[in-house]
Amino acid sequence: MSVVLVGISHHQAPVELRERAALDRERARNLAGRLAGERGEAVCLSTCNRTELYLAAESGDEAERKAEAALLALEEELGPSLYRLRDEAAALHLFRVAAGLDSMVPGEGEILGQVRAAHDLGATGPILDRLFRDALHAGKKARTETAIGESPASVSSAAAALAEQVFEELTGRSVLVIGAGEAGELAIKSLVARGAEIAFVANRTAERAEALTQRYGGAPLSLEAVADSLDRVDVVLSSTSAPDWALTRDDVERTLHARKGRPLFLIDLAVPRDLDPAIHELDGCYLYDIDDLEAVVAETLAGRRREAERAESIVAAEVERFREWQASLDVVPAIASLRARAEEIREAELERAKLSGAERRAAESVTAAVLNKLLHLPTIRMKQAAAAADGVIYADAVRHLFGLEDER
Amino acid sequence: MAEFLFWPALLAYGEAAVAYFGEARQPGRAGWAATWGVRIGWLVQTALLGVQAARADGFPWSTWAGSLNLFVWLVVGAYLIWGCRPRYRLLGLAVLPLAVVLFALARVGGGTATEGQSHYSNLFLVLHVGLVLAAFAGFTLAAGLSALYLWQERRLKRHERSILRVRAPGLAKLDAVAARTIAFALPALTLGIAVGIVRLEDHGGGYDALMAVTALTWAVYAGYLALRHFAGWRGRRAAYLVLAGFVLVVVVRLALPVTHFAS
Repeated sequence: MSVVLVGISHHQAPVELRERAALDRERARNLAGRLAGERGEAVCLSTCNRTELYLAAESGDEAERKAEAALLALEEELGPSLYRLRDEAAALHLFRVAAGLDSMVPGEGEILGQVRAAHDLGATGPILDRLFRDALHAGKKARTETAIGESPASVSSAAAALAEQVFEELTGRSVLVIGAGEAGELAIKSLVARGAEIAFVANRTAERAEALTQRYGGAPLSLEAVADSLDRVDVVLSSTSAPDWALTRDDVERTLHARKGRPLFLIDLAVPRDLDPAIHELDGCYLYDIDDLEAVVAETLAGRRREAERAESIVAAEVERFREWQASLDVVPAIASLRARAEEIREAELERAKLSGAERRAAESVTAAVLNKLLHLPTIRMKQAAAAADGVIYADAVRHLFGLEDER
Repeated sequence: MAEFLFWPALLAYGEAAVAYFGEARQPGRAGWAATWGVRIGWLVQTALLGVQAARADGFPWSTWAGSLNLFVWLVVGAYLIWGCRPRYRLLGLAVLPLAVVLFALARVGGGTATEGQSHYSNLFLVLHVGLVLAAFAGFTLAAGLSALYLWQERRLKRHERSILRVRAPGLAKLDAVAARTIAFALPALTLGIAVGIVRLEDHGGGYDALMAVTALTWAVYAGYLALRHFAGWRGRRAAYLVLAGFVLVVVVRLALPVTHFAS
């Protein structure tokens, strides 16, 4: 059985092409079923970054043609962007995908769930089931044994992660949002996802502030009232397009007494900046502007890339294990035939001996032990030969030596 | 037997101390190794203390070295409450090297042996030593937490790029846990001092400089809790005050051999 992969990804295909080849769950399930046919296996992995078809079939060439035709039926312009991989290379690719090593942002966590979903929806048999299970195992292992997926990869998630460095947990922490534009909304989502509560939204136009409060909670606030609300919040998120400071050092300093030592974390996503940088000098106040956040993200991405090298070696070891398992399949029928023939001879000889009950039990036990000991080493050697790519030669030799050709 | 137990405990603490440095450089398996080093070391030291207690005639940690042995056990035990959590692992950087040095000192001074004769035989003194040492262990842990707070705060103030790579607990949490530790340790010190004074009144004897420094230590930590509660002292100022109190704890510990245990 050959494993075949045909697909497109963000490496070769722009989003305009990828979106035309994207499959929802139902279509992915149907296509997998159709490609697998009666005796084959197929899985469709479709995410925003890739659409890949994995097939296991007796004829690799035929499976590749079927997969290619299926993708071209989705979008005929895909042709030049398609890649085709077989067996070990296909396994390595899937394992790297599951580990997040082939993602735009190394180590991103979403892909593992997408691989699992594809496996669940696929028409799997022994080969692809094992391949996807091993890929999921490799993906998890790469994440637990390295820090590839630990650090935030965007400015908004970095801002929320930094807020956690101040407050440990954001559950119940209140946020003042200054400016209701799109730039701040991603950061709001990150903060809210970690349990923070939007307390106030201040904006030049009240309508947009109200629209934001309807989505994320909190109360609308006028820009003039921002400084007076500082003693009631833990995080300030600012992203206006105004040319002047939305908050000055004096504004914040005035509220320090009322805050009774509670720290204040300020995020300034605006260019030009909204928050007076001198605020950062105040005791218990931590101000991060867009440059600071981008520097943190750059460092975490560099860290992810460093970790990716370690993850690659984990993935390579897991692929080798899969390859050995797949290669061992070449010799399994020969081993099974050899054992069946030996068992057949043993049974026949025991019958011919015409032993009493007790004698028969003793002879069965002894002959079974002799057989197992005799066949143990050839079994091991054949599996080792299979792992070293000589499996088929050994299997043929065993069949020839023991007259097993008819049982092929 | 005690010989047999001391070395594995020291080895486990030493391994943990080294692993914590590894964890600070490259978070991952080193932290796991460090945590297990502390756990195993503490369990072995517990067994050591158990053997000492079983063989002793009276209170087995009545010498300065013996009290140091007990003190290390209390500090590491208090650390274990928090230190096994991944984000608090770096606290081990402050606690474990100190524990290794003090444990080795306790050994040099004969505090890990099992044949010592006790100077203390009555319950008052056992309570006095036990409570004061427990309080000092708490103050040591609080100092570690405050040191970690100052380090973390410095990283935030400097906008260090690597801040999310090597993660420490949040500032607010460190501040709160240090305060909570002191809130438990101070009553223990208060009781320990009270028991000591009762004993002094019963048996006569004068006050010495060590007692004055101990009283000052109590005043610093009591002031810390009062300032925190009434004046809203939090953060950097509060952390410095905890470290100032810890300097006094170190002075008291160093002065013990030449005052309380001199006779």
